[in-house]
Amino acid sequence: MHQHILSEQTLTFSEEIAEGVYLLGFSRDFSFRAGQVIGIGIEKDGPRRLYSICSGETEEEVRILYNVIDEGYLTPRLSDLGQGDTIWITEPRGEFLYDPARAIYIASGTGIAPFYSMFRSGQFGNKVLIHGERYLERFYFYNEFSDALGDDYLRCCSGEEARDVYHGRVTDYLRNAATLPEDFKYYLCGRAEMVVETRDLLIERGIPFNQIISEIYF
Amino acid sequence: MEPLFGKTLEELQQVAGALELPGFSARQMADWLYKKKIGSIDEMSNLSKDARAALNAKYTLGMAPYRNVQTSTDGTKKYLFNTTVGKFVETAYIPDKDRHTVCVSTQVGCKMGCLFCMTGKQGFQGNLTAGEILNQLRSIDEWEQVTNIVYMGMGEPLDNLEAVLKSLEILTSAWGFAMSPRRITVSTIGIIPAMKEFLEKSEAHLAVSLHSPFESERKMLMPIQQVYPLEEVLQEIRSWDFGRQRRVSFEYIMFRDLNDTPKHVKELARILKGIRCRINLIRFHPIPDTPLDTSTNERINAFREALNDQGIVTTVRASRGEDIYAACGLLSTKELVKKQETGKP
Repeated sequence: MHQHILSEQTLTFSEEIAEGVYLLGFSRDFSFRAGQVIGIGIEKDGPRRLYSICSGETEEEVRILYNVIDEGYLTPRLSDLGQGDTIWITEPRGEFLYDPARAIYIASGTGIAPFYSMFRSGQFGNKVLIHGERYLERFYFYNEFSDALGDDYLRCCSGEEARDVYHGRVTDYLRNAATLPEDFKYYLCGRAEMVVETRDLLIERGIPFNQIISEIYF
Repeated sequence: MEPLFGKTLEELQQVAGALELPGFSARQMADWLYKKKIGSIDEMSNLSKDARAALNAKYTLGMAPYRNVQTSTDGTKKYLFNTTVGKFVETAYIPDKDRHTVCVSTQVGCKMGCLFCMTGKQGFQGNLTAGEILNQLRSIDEWEQVTNIVYMGMGEPLDNLEAVLKSLEILTSAWGFAMSPRRITVSTIGIIPAMKEFLEKSEAHLAVSLHSPFESERKMLMPIQQVYPLEEVLQEIRSWDFGRQRRVSFEYIMFRDLNDTPKHVKELARILKGIRCRINLIRFHPIPDTPLDTSTNERINAFREALNDQGIVTTVRASRGEDIYAACGLLSTKELVKKQETGKP
């Protein structure tokens, strides 16, 4: 089975890009599809967790965006690693992939990663992107998204106010939106609480549940 | 203070070693914890006074009474327990003639976000320890009568594998509760690496939440399908020899006009071909604001007969405890968690 095949990778960088949020990278020696996940561990036989790849399909480096969970086993240790240290990864897997249909992508926190991977892979036509974060510094890829998507990129920030940023959570935005297109697909990615709440809200607003595709970080 | 209840024999040996107690005292502790009923470390009367004092200085017994209990008109009971992370979990006790089943929780809330499940709506607030899982059994009024245990309460058991395996070791070891693993079923939505480890390390039965044989439908119902597709889950199951005693079953909640058609019977028969298994059909218990509907009894029975005709042993699981929200998919402590977080009564 694919998920059991492990390879050792040497980190080319590891950086704290916002408080408690890290981006790490290693050279790409495998192919993957934008939106897929890989398992990461710091020991060959130790615990592994799945993370969405946060880089394009043809980029030389594979990048992973993650939050440090203080009480967790893996991420505090992972965040201590730096360039030259090694990690173990599983083969990429997952079906949360680009679909040419009109769609709204909704991400919270590091749930932006698969959408960014699609974006960096040139797979973003026809899409609106809504990203929810608590702090402005966490809209990591703002410049790139903003330049390429213009008004089809919306930031929702619950903890701070700024020009051109919706003040509130993603769910507040959706709840207050005048209309939500019923013929679009809705792709959701992030923590379970956000995904479930957003899915319920979309259903309440008349979006058929079979048009909602969810990727939950667990 | 660390709890003793929920520690394996090996861990109790470490406790004994660290406190410089005689080597045999670990087994004595296990005996008190898992074979007798005591309310304090002081009641471990075959341990020396000094040993008990040393234990009391660093450890608590670790068993906790339930906080509340509700009883259904059909005799099912729903227990509420506090957890060490300051949250709450629910446990269902389901009596049925000679069979007394307890449905235990493994997590506070759940991360899996299945569309049909009430627990998923409260998000995830933490994993239970092995002691907290076992306490749901040991501390209910009917503990002495329990014949079967199912890990089908709040949470995804295999997302808390370490604690689940530890609790199974304590339940089935001769030094522990000495229960047969054939009386225990662990449910999963199909986290493949954890399922593989569970199958390797435990002899308990496996139940897999299936709910649709079609990838596109299952994806809408269960986000896990994106990462661990059913096809690969079945491939993993096929690679195991379950022997004659161990059982794999598939849980199938019946949704009207969604997964209850002849097309589904045909596809189920196709994908399960070659797997010695049974299917449990479960009537959907509607949760608030759900877009899903319950299949009619006629449709459920016809579905069962059609699967049986295809050679798949299929039963319909009786709905129990629906009036107290103890039935399948209805366990939730969301309101309690919300009240706690907002400080509102």
